[in-house]
Amino acid sequence: MTKTITIDPVTRVEGHATITIRLDDAGSVADARLHVTEFRGFEAFCAGRSIWEMPGITARICGICPISHSIASARAGDAILGVDIPPAAAQLRRIANLASLIQSHALSFFHLCAADLLLGMDHDPARRSLWGLLESRPDVARNGIRLRQIGQQIVSLLAGERVHPSWAVPGGVREPLDAERRRKVAELLPEGVAIIRSSFELIDEIYGRHGAEVGTYGDFPSLFAGLAGEDGGLEHYDGMLRFTDSSGAVVEEIPPDHYDLAIGERSEPWSYMKFPFYRNHAGREGGGMFRVGPLARLNLCERAGTPEADRELQTFRQLRGAGGVVTGSFHYHHARLIEILHALERIGEILDDPAILDRHIRSEAGINRLHGVGFCEAPRGTLFHDYEVDDDGLIRRLNLLIATGQNNLAMNRTILQVAKLYIKGGKVNEGILNRIEHGIRAYDPCLSCATHVYGRMPFQMLLLAPNGTVVDEIAS
Amino acid sequence: MGRKGRIRFATVWLGGCSGCHMSFLDLDERLVELAGLADMVYGPFMDAKEFPRKVDVTLVEGAVTNRANLAMALMLRERSRIVVSLGDCAVTGNVTSLRNQFPVADVLATFLSCGEGSVPAMDYDAVPELLPRALPLHQVIAVDGFLPGCPPEPERIWTAIGCLLRGEPVELGPEQLTFG
Ligand code: SF4
Repeated sequence: MTKTITIDPVTRVEGHATITIRLDDAGSVADARLHVTEFRGFEAFCAGRSIWEMPGITARICGICPISHSIASARAGDAILGVDIPPAAAQLRRIANLASLIQSHALSFFHLCAADLLLGMDHDPARRSLWGLLESRPDVARNGIRLRQIGQQIVSLLAGERVHPSWAVPGGVREPLDAERRRKVAELLPEGVAIIRSSFELIDEIYGRHGAEVGTYGDFPSLFAGLAGEDGGLEHYDGMLRFTDSSGAVVEEIPPDHYDLAIGERSEPWSYMKFPFYRNHAGREGGGMFRVGPLARLNLCERAGTPEADRELQTFRQLRGAGGVVTGSFHYHHARLIEILHALERIGEILDDPAILDRHIRSEAGINRLHGVGFCEAPRGTLFHDYEVDDDGLIRRLNLLIATGQNNLAMNRTILQVAKLYIKGGKVNEGILNRIEHGIRAYDPCLSCATHVYGRMPFQMLLLAPNGTVVDEIAS
Repeated sequence: MGRKGRIRFATVWLGGCSGCHMSFLDLDERLVELAGLADMVYGPFMDAKEFPRKVDVTLVEGAVTNRANLAMALMLRERSRIVVSLGDCAVTGNVTSLRNQFPVADVLATFLSCGEGSVPAMDYDAVPELLPRALPLHQVIAVDGFLPGCPPEPERIWTAIGCLLRGEPVELGPEQLTFG
């Protein structure tokens, strides 16, 4: 008899999801699916809103990467105003985006994944968390808390608040940086670098501990997509949208605002998350699957462009298969640490330029174009905000292509790969299920960001008593 | 986890953006202090699959927007002594309830126009059905306290937690009782 195993909910991820694993008669894994179970409908209710409100509203898509959403949204606004924003504003947005990446990557590595990586996939589930880590590896836990705090403090020194600041706006940013706050940001950087340097020692421990597993976590060929700087360097704010394959060859490079020529989207009835695919490879094995985020960015860039991160990138590249790039999704963790290091170095470089204190940080204009695409590298991958507006700048149509969604095909393939390896003869235990969940955690998905749905809802009415019990229910 | 005589503390994430949980994590080193005072028994950063019994304090982020949220809200109420709405989405519906100005069918129909291929009907065995409206938590269960803000800043959360852990009524100054 066939049997379905359900993991509900997937824990230690940012958002709501379940996993189902279908076994065949022999108890072998036939299929595995990631079901994203939340939906909030931003693409619908933002219609009619003004581009001036959009950075503030869309930041509320996600509390982990609100800065990336507000920046992508403000940039869609820049395009609609038809302005080049002042250089200092662009550099300030860059810093905020990198600081947000530091806190988000620290959260993924230390708060969510380190328990698996350092305490073990089979560790007591009641202690397999940041709180458990605080008991058994307090230094690591405290370092993670501090590193995340450094990212958040930089965001708040620039933008005034840590979560949901109203700072990035169409045309630039609201507040310039002054010398005092520049000094405070700069003072945070060396401590961050020291923490991340010591964290690279954890990477050796992790590879030692999980040697057998590394190759089973989403190790397969795929395309990789992300921004690449003009010189082919690691880039999080500007540049071209680049697609490379598993050999490292560039398959296509386009201006990011033409993303929809390269990327299509489809949906399935079993998940509130879309399935983006690379159009030109839709008919091939893998269905146009590509990966985004730290692993993709390190694979598709030619260099990191900052000294220490470049050295770490050389080490990272030793992990690649014969002649190709690093194809295992387990290495997302390692890639995150390298990106944190790069972000800290890069912020320091940008701060060194006196022009960063320029008080001209906002270009004023009216509505000059009726369509604009904004983009940036969010922590989890390339993020696009695509707006069509009327003459008053009110949204007529919008599409949000979210980083996590773009990893959907790869995440599903990964849990199938892990499940097939560990589930034999229908036997499972808690540790095996946790390994399968870790296949998702490696991608650090942000599921609140990524939801989208097709289909008609049936009519339904619930009658609730004051204490919340369902008294009656009418459904068509 | 669970040691005798210690406060059992949980956080729950319903229909919100996790910003309230991020603000909770922004307690930074005070998280270490909190872990010293209370047993963390449930939350999105932990592996407990089921909401445990006999919880003392539960902070809830987000509006109640689908059937899974509703079931969770009912369960956490039954199993918690004190339930606090954490942040504007739980307190008023906030951004999550912006969809309420449109019929839910229209919210979903918007998506018919983007993407490719045929449009499947959702499989409600696999994903929870949306409620017709996203509701603030107190419209679904009785709530003992409200912590406004989008998100409530860490100071606010710390003040409230401090009172709760000491078993005192939560007193917030007027500057800590703002929305947004
Ligand atoms: S109240 Fe604000 S920060 Fe909290 S979940 Fe809602 S939108 Fe996010």
